[in-house]
Amino acid sequence: MNLIVAAGGGPVIPNFGGSADKCAQNNGLFCWHWFTSHWGSIFGPALVQHIVLVLIAVSIGFVIAFAAALLAYRMPRWEAPIVIVSSLLYTIPSLALFQILVPFTGLTRLTVEIALVMYCLLLLFSNIVTGLREVPEEVRDAARGMGLTPRQILLRIDLPLAVPAIFAGLRVATVTTISLATVGAFVTNQGLGAPIFDAIGRGNFKTEFLAAAALAILLAWVADLLLVALQGVVAPWASRRRSSLVPRGVVRAIRRRPRPISAVREA
Amino acid sequence: METEATAKSSNPREHARAAASLEFRDVSKRYPGNDEPALRDLSFEVAAGEICVLVGPSGCGKTTAMRMVNRMIDITEGDILLDGESVRSRPPAELRRHIGYVIQQIGLFPHVSVGDNIATVPRLLGWDRRRVEARVDELLELISLPSETRERYPAEISGGQRQRVGVARALAADPPLMLMDEPFGAIDPITRERLQNEFLRLQEDIRKTIVFVTHDIDEAIKMGDRIAIMREGGVLVQYDTPDRILADPKDEFVAQFVGLDRGLKRLALSKLGDLSLQAAECLPDGTPVRGHADHHRVVFVDDRRHPVGRLGEDGEPEPVGPVGKPDTSLRDALSLIMSDANRPLVVVDADGAVAGLARVDVIASALAVGNGGHAAREDAAR
Amino acid sequence: MLALGSSLGTQFLDSFKFMANNTGHLLHDTLSTLALSGAALGVALAVTLPPAVWLGHVHRGSGFAIRIANLGRALPELGLIAIFLALLGLGFLNVMVALVIVGIPPILANTFTAVDGVDPEAVDAARGMGMTERGIVFKVELPLALPLMFAGIRTASLFIIGASPLAAIAGGGGLGEIIVNQASYGFDGVLAAALWIAALALLVQGLLALLQKALTPKGLKVRARATGERAPRIDVGVADAERIAGIEAPAA
Repeated sequence: MNLIVAAGGGPVIPNFGGSADKCAQNNGLFCWHWFTSHWGSIFGPALVQHIVLVLIAVSIGFVIAFAAALLAYRMPRWEAPIVIVSSLLYTIPSLALFQILVPFTGLTRLTVEIALVMYCLLLLFSNIVTGLREVPEEVRDAARGMGLTPRQILLRIDLPLAVPAIFAGLRVATVTTISLATVGAFVTNQGLGAPIFDAIGRGNFKTEFLAAAALAILLAWVADLLLVALQGVVAPWASRRRSSLVPRGVVRAIRRRPRPISAVREA
Repeated sequence: METEATAKSSNPREHARAAASLEFRDVSKRYPGNDEPALRDLSFEVAAGEICVLVGPSGCGKTTAMRMVNRMIDITEGDILLDGESVRSRPPAELRRHIGYVIQQIGLFPHVSVGDNIATVPRLLGWDRRRVEARVDELLELISLPSETRERYPAEISGGQRQRVGVARALAADPPLMLMDEPFGAIDPITRERLQNEFLRLQEDIRKTIVFVTHDIDEAIKMGDRIAIMREGGVLVQYDTPDRILADPKDEFVAQFVGLDRGLKRLALSKLGDLSLQAAECLPDGTPVRGHADHHRVVFVDDRRHPVGRLGEDGEPEPVGPVGKPDTSLRDALSLIMSDANRPLVVVDADGAVAGLARVDVIASALAVGNGGHAAREDAAR
Repeated sequence: MLALGSSLGTQFLDSFKFMANNTGHLLHDTLSTLALSGAALGVALAVTLPPAVWLGHVHRGSGFAIRIANLGRALPELGLIAIFLALLGLGFLNVMVALVIVGIPPILANTFTAVDGVDPEAVDAARGMGMTERGIVFKVELPLALPLMFAGIRTASLFIIGASPLAAIAGGGGLGEIIVNQASYGFDGVLAAALWIAALALLVQGLLALLQKALTPKGLKVRARATGERAPRIDVGVADAERIAGIEAPAA
């Protein structure tokens, strides 16, 4: 394996055999002590890097996808080309896309971010457009009949009603980006993928494999939960039941937040 | 569609032309976890070749009752007999292949052609290819669709045509019994009226036993030989001919359900041809008449006895005004009379010659007869 | 890093030279990537289709199917391979299990949604005319569910091929072997393999799209044209699946 070379070198790697930890020396399935003692040097920083990578990618991806969705919504003939291009990008295997971008932007975080943004586009764009299109024609018709301008219809009717779909897109995009960002470590040695490649370099160190993978899964789960909660705050009317990684009870608990004052007064 | 040996072997009379009689015998339906039954002790009989309409407000169990006949819903208590034989004695799939089934949304298979849709049951019954083809052609002709339609897909034909294809599909294996659940419910009123009339004409030929579900009392009166009026909680309130239900509603619920205009609805069941007309005094056109005792009775006719004018109060000829025909309903006749200043209506026979006059009081007296027009018409037919 | 000194054009030119010089090697690795991905897709289909079709037919377990699908999306491919490296060690089994797991969620979600969502009237009519349950599944539900089911299969193949290069780090072989082994092949080799596999992924998706078109019953195409509805494409997530499923399952 020449991974370490390919990954452009990483932090200095101690051989797990040389550690004082008995469990780690024997490459036990999961050495809790090794995990906690390397939290500060390996896992903590990797987790933070991972979160930053994903936040940047999803934010930029959202801005681009949102603009593209508005364009396609207003001018439907743009929808097909946008879908085709973003589908093509989405189709390219992650490891390959990262490498293809290397000649342009080098072994940098920029390379990883560009690839991650590309993957977000299809998921976000399709869901936003679907959300806008899903608005019942009779609702739009009623708004038009009451004298709302196209701009007002977009801002007051279409966008608010599209919020659940937009959030669905954000959730899928975030979870997917968290997953693909692990592969980005191949290029920059950052994020939760780094400990995985690191573990290979150590000769398949199990604890590090499992810890990094578990953290990535946990991060996806928590991010999804936070987005569900955020949707409850942003769009309390969209209480339509949506399936989630989160158990129903948790969703209900989150939704049981104080109601806006106006609503309380009415009640 | 697939051929199943079970279906082939167990039915000796798969192309029987005969209609079947149907009997509900103390049928109840209970759903688990629900104290109130959905249907309570339903008992009635439908004679072979009759249309029985189940009608009532939503939640009265009419569709449930219908769907128990072909075992789409299981019977909790009691039994349903088809030609004296319990529907429970036959495997559901086999039973259903010999009962026509039409639902409101029609449920045509969108992925196969009209012809293949119609051929569904014959193929399930294992008919040979040539027989299936011939039957499809025959049915397309019966529902007056051009034969090119058989290659079309359901998405390519109109709603009314789809409805007719649904009926043809149900008739394909010539079942002795048809179940129809609001078959014209999702269709615009004008097309519905046309399809109802078409279906009644078709029924004259095919004489199937039909269980017909609707929530529309007018449709029930129009389509039914007998009507079962049901109320919430799955109770059969009255089972009778349309005329007797209109003439003699059993209780307040039925009276309400059939409406305050039930008298007029009853009139709709009888036709001018059923009425004993008052004789008209036919005079050749242009005959001068002075001081006639009953000027309404005078009708001026041409040499073929077709009406061309009437005698006014002042002794002058007047235009003939509206004319009734033997198949004009009494309700329409009444309307014509009232829009013509209550003059008795001139009625002509099938050739257009004057047959007599219909007066308001004669029409009204038709309602007074307990066994009014509908039953009387049936008697006359026998 | 190694190749950064040379200009952009040269790097791509070099990778094409690598392709020309190592066509046999690349083709061989392509076949093994395809074989691995195909086997994983086959196993995923075999494992997923029967229960998914059955659940859809009896309209049960919508929460279960969608939740598995969402849960599956949250599993990072690399993380899966890492987990199975720890549990199963290097080798084919590891890679197979990981790729099968990657493929299951979209197949499950789309198949369930598609079969569950078949016009209830068509199914009712079929049952009322005396079709057996088997007949209903094979003659009515599956043909009507096919386009949406196929979109799920396409998505699964996309996920599996997307993850297949990662399989190389767990000893799975294929084109990924070149990408993760820059020391042996040089960056021109890495870039060549990356371009090659990108082209392969696009080609496979294109072929599957054509296959979907060919398999869609003509009556459904006619209906789609009449109603302006589009053929389902790559599955893009919750919003779509729920819209199609009308997911409000009866509270029971």
